[in-house]
Amino acid sequence: MRIGVVTFPGSLDDVDALRAVRWSGAEAVSLWHGDADLRGVDAVVLPGGFSYGDYLRCGAIARFAPVMTAVVAAARDQMPVLGICNGFQVLCEAHLLPGALIRNSHRRFVCRDQRLRIEATGTAWTSAYEVGDEIVIPLKNGEGAYVADTGTLDRLEADGRVVARYLGADPNGAARAIAGICNQRGNVVGLMPHPEHAVEELCGPSTDGRGFFTSVLSAAVPA
Amino acid sequence: MARVVVEVMLKPEILDPQGKAVQGALSRLGFAGISDVRQGKRFELEIDGELTPERITQLHDVAATLLANPVIEDFAVRAGEASGRAR
Repeated sequence: MRIGVVTFPGSLDDVDALRAVRWSGAEAVSLWHGDADLRGVDAVVLPGGFSYGDYLRCGAIARFAPVMTAVVAAARDQMPVLGICNGFQVLCEAHLLPGALIRNSHRRFVCRDQRLRIEATGTAWTSAYEVGDEIVIPLKNGEGAYVADTGTLDRLEADGRVVARYLGADPNGAARAIAGICNQRGNVVGLMPHPEHAVEELCGPSTDGRGFFTSVLSAAVPA
Repeated sequence: MARVVVEVMLKPEILDPQGKAVQGALSRLGFAGISDVRQGKRFELEIDGELTPERITQLHDVAATLLANPVIEDFAVRAGEASGRAR
């Protein structure tokens, strides 16, 4: 299995995402924002960072990068796509996921080990977890407050599309403590915290993030 | 050549932490009587040729596609405005 990680100008966590992919046993493939070419990968990760300097809005310019044309088409064709942090913002701007991410309500950048509850395991990226699993992975963002209108939030809850929720003190003002959501088919997941920083004991609060990268091994659609 | 101004504001129901920070600074500076501040964006577009109704419609698409995110923001497109610089 080949899993691509996109590098945008301003991406920070692409290298850690590539490491996490390699740790899972998959082949890690670097994808470049300027190429509308997915190099035959079976799944794509949009990593964290500050693509295009977060100018205009987070993810707003990255959404129109040439590679995103291919990612959007592949996602609609059921390819697993995981957007982490800035990648989540890009997926919302690209309308692959509903809602948006806005500035943290307390106006400070948050960087901490965050406890989450996994609430949906029918997705391409969370099948290795059990519903109700509590995990601790890093959270680091300035604009991580998930917002959507009440109807959209109710629909996400009713459809079981809230993938993960923050536990403990509210880290950023996200509506209904939502940390991650998925699309209707569960192949596209957006997550504000960072599972790619929690796959090795040496440099992370836990290895709780591993499940995202092992889940997808059994989810990818054969090419 | 024509100038078109696009103004983008967070929707009223969306929290604006930046506006809150500005309001807090104003009250610390002693500027009383300002009960709320909301911060938006202003884009000045220089348009080649005539501003036809078709061009205005196209500029609404520009605003809705890139300049604003209609999920969280409202926008207004105004033709024939002067430069936004302080006079």
